[in-house]
Amino acid sequence: MSGRAAGAGTRGAFATSRRIRAMVLRYVYLYRGSWPRILEMAYWPTLQMIMWGFLTIFLASKSGFFVQAAGVLIAAVLLWDVLFRASLGVSLSFLEEMWSRNLGHLFVSPLRPGEFVAALTLMSAIRVLIGVIPAALLAIWLYAYSIFDMGLPLIAFFANLQVMGWSFGLVVCGLLMRYGLGAESIAWFAIFAVAPFSAIYYPLSVMPDWLQWIAGILPSTHVFEGMRAVLVDETFRTDLLINALALNAAYLTVSVLVFLRFFRSARERGLILQIGE
Amino acid sequence: MARAEAPPPAIRVSKLTKSYDDVLAVNRLSFSVAEGTTAALLGGNGAGKTTTISMILGLLLPTRGRVSVLGIDMLTHRYDALPRMNFSSPYVDLPKRLTARENLKVYAGLYGIGRAARRIGELAEELDLTAFMDRPSGTLSAGQRTRLALAKALLNEPDVLLLDEPTASLDPDTGDRIRTYLETYRDTRRATILLASHNMAEVERLCSRVMMMRAGRIVDQGSPAELIRRYGRANLEDVFLDIARNRHLADRHPDRKGPEQKGPEQKGRAA
Repeated sequence: MSGRAAGAGTRGAFATSRRIRAMVLRYVYLYRGSWPRILEMAYWPTLQMIMWGFLTIFLASKSGFFVQAAGVLIAAVLLWDVLFRASLGVSLSFLEEMWSRNLGHLFVSPLRPGEFVAALTLMSAIRVLIGVIPAALLAIWLYAYSIFDMGLPLIAFFANLQVMGWSFGLVVCGLLMRYGLGAESIAWFAIFAVAPFSAIYYPLSVMPDWLQWIAGILPSTHVFEGMRAVLVDETFRTDLLINALALNAAYLTVSVLVFLRFFRSARERGLILQIGE
Repeated sequence: MARAEAPPPAIRVSKLTKSYDDVLAVNRLSFSVAEGTTAALLGGNGAGKTTTISMILGLLLPTRGRVSVLGIDMLTHRYDALPRMNFSSPYVDLPKRLTARENLKVYAGLYGIGRAARRIGELAEELDLTAFMDRPSGTLSAGQRTRLALAKALLNEPDVLLLDEPTASLDPDTGDRIRTYLETYRDTRRATILLASHNMAEVERLCSRVMMMRAGRIVDQGSPAELIRRYGRANLEDVFLDIARNRHLADRHPDRKGPEQKGPEQKGRAA
């Protein structure tokens, strides 16, 4: 017989990376055999970008601001989609395990919860890239606007929105473990709760003072304010980047703890074997 | 001259209890399974078999009590034991959109199997899956899926194998071949198998020890032959019915004390 898993071979960074790779492979196999899933990733970002692109052209013909800050709406749409898709990417990958009733097998394998979380976040990043890159390329072709012109700040914005999306996605996964597929719709709408307060399409200053305080504790607000600073004022605000990074560090820590707490709760309540369609 | 110490049991369960609010699913269960043997948990629906197996696997946390597998405490060091264990159940699926081969490749990665392609090929041949390896699991028949789940359970050549209904949905011929395979696997590897099954003929053939459960407790145990003799029945199925229907030994054999008459602590509530 050739297979036997060596005891020592199940520990350490190499073993961890191998298990994470195995989980990523699981999703690659899934997407490779399902074109509707691939289409779904790129469908909404592309449609959104087309609609908001035409709106931008219309507004530019009526307003000097949009002539001066061309592409601010398209950039906002694309970056909002990064956040939305990052959250959805985590929770949908988790939902795939629930739909296929596979969690029981996964959690009796040597896969640790932290490794599972890492695989979910990695898949989220891959899903975001598959979803947003075609839309960004289409914007260059349709509107002669390239979000990549933002340069290095784009990487900072992208990374921060990814991490914030992961945090929301992990909390949703925890809720799914606790409440089962009855809570599935939370995966789709949870992140929209922050949309009005994230200053995506309008600056923070238009909000009332008390709402600005709430908006200030969202990493996304600092990202979108930073994005406008780059596109409108042509300055990169490191203070906003530091705020976003600090908040995201806190969000990610809390969300991982929440995920692990719900995982323990699911083990206490015997929910893992019962989760399914 | 010092006596050689007996090896620790592969599975040891001590005063294991699981309660959900006012329901006592498993009540102070204690047993052990010796290395290289096959034991069965038998009982009607709600007797606590799946709950017990889930606690041994660490999928379910006990309210009280301890579980150790291969001498490893499953509450505190479960990840040291899991690479040497595996599990199969018809009630937990493998992803249906992945082919049989893809599923096994993914789990080979999770278990850190060296030369995975070769091991997968071996199992496909031994479990008669070769012709279906590149078909999506969801398109396989129930019997083929059961064999695939068994292949997944054997990927890492586990020292401890927990099987829930291992031959469910298999035709008699395939079922017989799987039983032979499991016997050979156990004997060549000195593996320990704990199974839950409603197939009494299977249990009689595979198991050296049977634990009869009702209402979260072991109400009787012994080898299949011992139980059949003790209850004065022709086969294990009749013994099962006696226990499931609470027909006390003492009712039929007044000279013997039935398992339900051992004391008030026996009265647990089922999940």
